[in-house]
Amino acid sequence: MSESPSERISAEVVVKVSRLARLDVTPDEVQRITTQMAGMLEHFADIDALDLSDVEPMTQPYPLSNVFREDVVVTGLDREEVLANAPAAEDGRFRVPPIVGLDG
Amino acid sequence: MTTADSKTQDSGIQYDMSKNEIKVAPNDGSYLLDGYELVCGLEVHVELATATKLFSASANRFGDDPNTHIDPVTLGLPGALPVLNRQAVELAMRIGLALNCKVQPSTFHRKNYFYPDMPKAYQISQYDQPINVDGWLELPGGKSIGVERAHLEEDTGKSTHIGGTGGRIHGSDYSLIDFNRAGVPLVEIVGRPDIASPEEARQYVTELRQILVAVGASDAKMEEGSMRCDANVSVRKPGAPLGIRCEIKNVNSVRSLGRAIEYEARRQIVLLEAGEKIRQETRHWDETDGRTHTLRSKEDADDYRYFLEPDLVPLNPDQAWIDAVRAALPMLPRERRLRLSQATGAPADGEAIMVVVERGQDDYVMSVGEAGADVARALVHVKEAFAEQGANPTVPAADLAQMIIMETGGKLTSTQAKTVLAEIVANGGGDAVAIAAAKGFEAMDNSALEAVVDQVIAEQAEAWSKYCGGEQKAMGALVGAIMKASQGKADGKAVTALLLAKKG
Amino acid sequence: MTTHANIPTTAAAIADGVRSGALKAVDVLEAHLAQIAAREGEIHAFNLVTADEARAAAARVDADVAAGRDPGILAGVPIALKDNMCTRGIPTTCSSKILEGWRPPYDATVVQRLAAAGAVAIGKTNLDEFAMGSSTENSAFGVTFNPRDISRVSGGSSGGSAAAVAAGFSPISIGSDTGGSIRQPAALCGVVGVKPTYGTVSRYGLVAYASSLDQMGPFSTDVRDSALVLEAISGHDPMDSTSIPQAPLSLQHVLSQGVEGLRVGRITDMPSGADPDVTARLEAAFDALKAAGAKIVDVEMPSMKYALTAYYLIAPAEASSNLARYDGVRYGLRVNATDTNAMYSATRTAGFGEEVKRRIMLGTYALSAGYYDAYYGKALKVRRLISDDFARAYTKADVLLTPTSPIVAFPVGEKSDDPLAMYLCDIYTIPTNLAGHPAMSVPFGTGAHGLPVGVQILAPTLGEQVMFKVAASLERSMIAAGGAK
Ligand SMILES: [Mg+2]
Ligand SMILES: [Zn+2]
Repeated sequence: MSESPSERISAEVVVKVSRLARLDVTPDEVQRITTQMAGMLEHFADIDALDLSDVEPMTQPYPLSNVFREDVVVTGLDREEVLANAPAAEDGRFRVPPIVGLDG
Repeated sequence: MTTADSKTQDSGIQYDMSKNEIKVAPNDGSYLLDGYELVCGLEVHVELATATKLFSASANRFGDDPNTHIDPVTLGLPGALPVLNRQAVELAMRIGLALNCKVQPSTFHRKNYFYPDMPKAYQISQYDQPINVDGWLELPGGKSIGVERAHLEEDTGKSTHIGGTGGRIHGSDYSLIDFNRAGVPLVEIVGRPDIASPEEARQYVTELRQILVAVGASDAKMEEGSMRCDANVSVRKPGAPLGIRCEIKNVNSVRSLGRAIEYEARRQIVLLEAGEKIRQETRHWDETDGRTHTLRSKEDADDYRYFLEPDLVPLNPDQAWIDAVRAALPMLPRERRLRLSQATGAPADGEAIMVVVERGQDDYVMSVGEAGADVARALVHVKEAFAEQGANPTVPAADLAQMIIMETGGKLTSTQAKTVLAEIVANGGGDAVAIAAAKGFEAMDNSALEAVVDQVIAEQAEAWSKYCGGEQKAMGALVGAIMKASQGKADGKAVTALLLAKKG
Repeated sequence: MTTHANIPTTAAAIADGVRSGALKAVDVLEAHLAQIAAREGEIHAFNLVTADEARAAAARVDADVAAGRDPGILAGVPIALKDNMCTRGIPTTCSSKILEGWRPPYDATVVQRLAAAGAVAIGKTNLDEFAMGSSTENSAFGVTFNPRDISRVSGGSSGGSAAAVAAGFSPISIGSDTGGSIRQPAALCGVVGVKPTYGTVSRYGLVAYASSLDQMGPFSTDVRDSALVLEAISGHDPMDSTSIPQAPLSLQHVLSQGVEGLRVGRITDMPSGADPDVTARLEAAFDALKAAGAKIVDVEMPSMKYALTAYYLIAPAEASSNLARYDGVRYGLRVNATDTNAMYSATRTAGFGEEVKRRIMLGTYALSAGYYDAYYGKALKVRRLISDDFARAYTKADVLLTPTSPIVAFPVGEKSDDPLAMYLCDIYTIPTNLAGHPAMSVPFGTGAHGLPVGVQILAPTLGEQVMFKVAASLERSMIAAGGAK
């Protein structure tokens, strides 16, 4: 299953991924990133041939379950201290530029 | 997410509501619109009535000053880690069990997307292994609506849009974010598309609300946003495959829900009849113009990059916990209605029982019965006279019982009973015997009544002969005169019976 | 390594002196601040030295001692903190422009526990931005140079913390290790570095890189000091759901125990690529342990060769999500724009460095629709294979021994244009992060150019005691051979 780097990832996908990640990329950068990512994915192709159909995914190293907090209020953070760290605040709230679109 | 721009373009089709007829088939409750049937499933988000948030110890409280219930987890500060609220899990289990779900081992995922009121740029939610699956909710009329799942997730903060046109997101100058609501525990109840009419949708939400309140899981107020409802709507010709569905958001009351579904179904039918295709999309219900509007198309597919939340561990309530939650569940509205129906003989989905159970006064009605009064009468009186009283009426059950016993024993006419009851309710209780006596509501015994009847027959000979000749209209005149002569103390039924007996 | 007379070089000796009243914490601190003044200019271990706060903390320790209150097991010991753990009111940058100037409103659990133990935090150390790198060259605030040879890198990502200890700025420091970020710079700087079992040290307040792999741990000049620090910072924390519910580790008492009869595993199919000077030191370590009575056994790790791939899919995937919160809304950098979406992109594009962007892109790709199964999903299964390999190996061996890094400290700039070459630096350290097991690097002599070489000891989950026993044994053999500590 050896695909060539260019088949592993396209410039179009790089553009889509950068949009999902909210990172701006210039057309020049798209070419460079595509080549670089293709090279890495090629290196990571060593797992392509593994038959993993019977293998359980491992998501956490130590098997814990049912870890809870009791439902008791603890005093939280001071609003003024928090807002002092904010790039912009107004009326006790965080201020942001107009919201357009939802998640496109 | 329920933020929306209502000024985006509609389908452009004008529709004359008056041209359409809604045909309701009499028995099976199916709903046909120009030969199409409606297929609707509801997704309901409810905020849980916990003291703290789903993953942190900040207060879960509505209506306070902005950003006063915040902590590192709520704000998604670097280094903050979520820890699951045990009570939220318990309330989610109550909801699941009340909706006949299977409570199963579950996990949390991250749903990744950017939005200013979502602090971490991901929502922690249950994805392929939700806590509750495969339940149902029975509508009062007996139809069962499937519940696919009821899962735990966290709420977002709230944005306020400043400038532009009247607080709308579109065209605003900037927005302000309050994170008090961020991280509040939600259960999302995903119903199966078993709803076949706007009325069923209304019944489903009303019933669900009552269940949520009954089990103490939520105050479930649509107006305050602690219960939020999205509707997936499609239409099809009976027997045809499922149509393309649209998701309707921003529905803020049970009444709007029915209107929105009906509007959307009609819109889709008009498009289909015109030979056009339905686009799968999210639409926004606009209360002011009574229409749905395109919010965003699903063509630009969301890519939420779900993956297992590595900061949380699996949730696997043991059977003992599940059993304890189940055992502690209160009687649910459906059982309450059945109990009252059995006790009174009134239909379980009839108005009186529906109203009284919704008010939570059914226990009270039962206790009036236990105090020796006729439960059916108690149901009627409570339904009629206790609208202002809460689930725990101030009138002692024994006082109402005493009044009903006098009424059913013929010591008060129904008119007198109403008068006495009104005074009892106004005073938060009272002795019916004393009130009746003070008002001069002497019980008129049968011999006294017979004397009055004989006197009226003698005075109204013409009416009497007409009555005996079969003219029913004449009876009205006779009864009216008897009531007048008895100064309202005569019982209507007894008068009718006496007249009938004397006629022979 | 401090040059000041009368000030001991280890945390254990300093704490003993301060607790007994023989030493003043303020004097200990001033000696170390003087050492910083002397060499920080050429090394750049710190993003920030918090001398004022440290002086106040040292004075509090001395006051406790004077008043007869228990000042804690790390009384008066200066400690350097990697600049990716939250310190209340003190800037925490992760060496990124995106967090420049941010002052956390809370302390990490580890920071609280160190303070409670009487340690004196002296500053925040440099790192590869968001702990992504193996050389501490990917920092928005400049490179940290290796105190052993300032033309070379200190390793990474906890290069600042490793260099601080190697340069004598503090006897101990804290780092974080996601794929080797404590052990590799420890090896390159010639100090001890420990990554404990995942879940042993709370991650609360550690700025996340890859949540299922991140773990904090100590740097020190000798094995005992690392044991001491771990005793102070380990143990269950209810603020971290992945924290193992157990008492703090107890390690110091095992250090004098021998290794007679212990089975030390040699991985026969370990990925090759280590330089000969490095493998020579590994062989010397096997010999030393054999001489001390341990048994050398062969084990196989057939899936170990896939670890790098699994890691560079899993870690970036988690990172892409963990770093999404840097959006310019609530804290840190904001680049203004006409709407929120444009603001996010402008802020993140300006705020993140190249390596961070590269991993965010890679991780976003590995998780996105249509690619999840081929990349992220598959990597999780490979992770299981590696974990299973370890489980089998630990039925035959009590610990495993490998090089920590395939190479000694390399010249600054040598690998900065080749991400894959840099990733290969972590080939021996990454597998334990995937499995969640403990591992540590102990200095074991020198290789090419007289530069330090570290040997890595791997142990099964919660096997810290046996791991420290072996580390202490190696350390004793080095001292016996006349090697410098
Ligand atoms: Mg949904
Ligand atoms: Zn939801």
